[in-house]
Amino acid sequence: MTTHDTRPAGVTGTRARPLPAARPGRPGGLLARARGGLPTLVFLAPMLVIFGVFSWLPIGRAVVMSFQRTNLVTDPQWVGLANFQQVFADPLLWTAVQNTAYFAVLALLFGYPIPLVAAILMSEVRKMRGLFSALAYLPVVVPPVVAVLLWKLFYDAGEDGVFNTILGWVGIGPVAWLQGADIVMPALVLEATWAAAGGTVIIYLAALTGVDPSLYEAAEIDGAGVWHKLWHITLPQLRGILLITFILQIIGTAQVFLEPFLFTDGGPANRTLTLLLLIYRYAFTNSLGGDYGAAAALSLLLAGVLSVFSALYFRLTRSWSSS
Amino acid sequence: MSATRQKGAADRGLIAPTDWKRPSVRWSTRIAHGLLLACLAIAGLGPMLWLLKAATTPTQDTLRQPMALWPNGFDFANLVEAWTRVEIDKYFFNTVALAAGSWAVQLLVAATGGFALAVLRPRIGKVLSGAVLATLFVPSVVLLVPLYLTVLDPPLLGTSLLNTFWAVWLPAGASAFNVLLMQRFFANLPREIFEAAKVDGAGPYRLFWSIVLPMSRPIIGVVSVFAVIASWKDFLWPMLVLPDPNLQPLSVRLPILQQYVELDVFLAALAISSLIPIALFLVFQRMFLGGASLGGAIKG
Repeated sequence: MTTHDTRPAGVTGTRARPLPAARPGRPGGLLARARGGLPTLVFLAPMLVIFGVFSWLPIGRAVVMSFQRTNLVTDPQWVGLANFQQVFADPLLWTAVQNTAYFAVLALLFGYPIPLVAAILMSEVRKMRGLFSALAYLPVVVPPVVAVLLWKLFYDAGEDGVFNTILGWVGIGPVAWLQGADIVMPALVLEATWAAAGGTVIIYLAALTGVDPSLYEAAEIDGAGVWHKLWHITLPQLRGILLITFILQIIGTAQVFLEPFLFTDGGPANRTLTLLLLIYRYAFTNSLGGDYGAAAALSLLLAGVLSVFSALYFRLTRSWSSS
Repeated sequence: MSATRQKGAADRGLIAPTDWKRPSVRWSTRIAHGLLLACLAIAGLGPMLWLLKAATTPTQDTLRQPMALWPNGFDFANLVEAWTRVEIDKYFFNTVALAAGSWAVQLLVAATGGFALAVLRPRIGKVLSGAVLATLFVPSVVLLVPLYLTVLDPPLLGTSLLNTFWAVWLPAGASAFNVLLMQRFFANLPREIFEAAKVDGAGPYRLFWSIVLPMSRPIIGVVSVFAVIASWKDFLWPMLVLPDPNLQPLSVRLPILQQYVELDVFLAALAISSLIPIALFLVFQRMFLGGASLGGAIKG
């Protein structure tokens, strides 16, 4: 990090707007002395250095790298769009896109309605609501690697596997959870949903407590029943938060790595090869040395798609805080 | 539990108080809640109880009758063996060291940065807040490769951070979420107190250390708990930057151990690895649940 980024007030700020101290309505005066100057610089320094070196710089570098061939030995070479062409020519790319989309859709099917129903039921709990929340949230604090390795045992294909034992009680034959081409992705999503749903429940629960009770009271005067109130008051009141969890889930599942990496390493027959796994392979398990350019190119492409959702999320949260 | 409802008029939800008096409503909600509680207990607690049981019984029990309620024998030696012979102790302390360092860096960056942006308000503050906020919207996948190359050859340092804890500690500090959370909290503190402190001759350092920090215990607690848990959960990044097995945390080591350690000892290792996060959760439950609802409601 060079020093020009940390230059104190006055250089970048003054051109655009008048001096903030002159702005009315702010208890300025004494504090105005503190703006700029050495102490401010001291307080800003950790953030500027850490974000500069480990966030802003690498983001810029990702863009540069996607147009370069980098092998860490010789100087990087500009190769134009060659990395992008290489990524698009990779037949595995479409496999990975399809698998990632499939994972995301399944995760929505599994993980979207269940927390909502659970949260609505829980919001009517009078006693021991803490117990309900704690039980729902417990899987979220289990380290993901432990969860996946544990579920890997549950998914054992033999008759004595945990899930197969349970299925055996109702007479369903052993299922090859992680080896079957069609069952493997739902199996991964099931574990991922188990691990994440609790967080969503808590978010919904907080939003539900924010619903104004007088809305319910007004509806009751008009003779509305529970289902009517649920459909016409509760769900519309949750609309914003539902959209936000939807977006966050898309952004999260599009970058799924841990489950396919640890459960199946992309198998069987690339059925669980996701985009992140492909990026990881480009960069870190290439026998010819890391193909960092292709990895950066694919990362940027994915980020480009996700930025649509990010922008939407940004607009939503912004418009809320200003209202 | 969070945002506890007041008794009285506001103590109502979807179901009307008059409906609560009807036995049919009371019983159907009671049954629904009972079912929900059972489902939550099976899904939330079940796997962890199974792990606890399997970690303290012999391998053959777990293999032959994984769902047997009562084991044929106990084998608490699994835990000891995992701790000593499989060297879980080493990986455990690596995990602790990684979490402690990440926590310290995150707190330092978020507290000082948030203080500067919210209280000192330099003229470039808006630009900086924007630049920090912007990183929140860059998917983490973008950082993976360039951050790895930055760690291999950091600017000005001249030596690789690979196989040092700094490679995990320092990037952990670049958390926009933490900075914004702290900044918002500080901005909501009453500014009259700062003014009064100034009148009494307190400089920015004293203001930060003796006034703002003590007033910010709640938010420091939330950031701390999430920093420790996030570090404990981290897998891909420590795997990339700590190829030396002697430095690896539990999360990175466990998948490898699975390949050569007997099942019962491996399960004991899994149980030991979940112990600290679950204990932290049980102790700081309110902080967790309060913080978790922040995740969906962060307003920039």
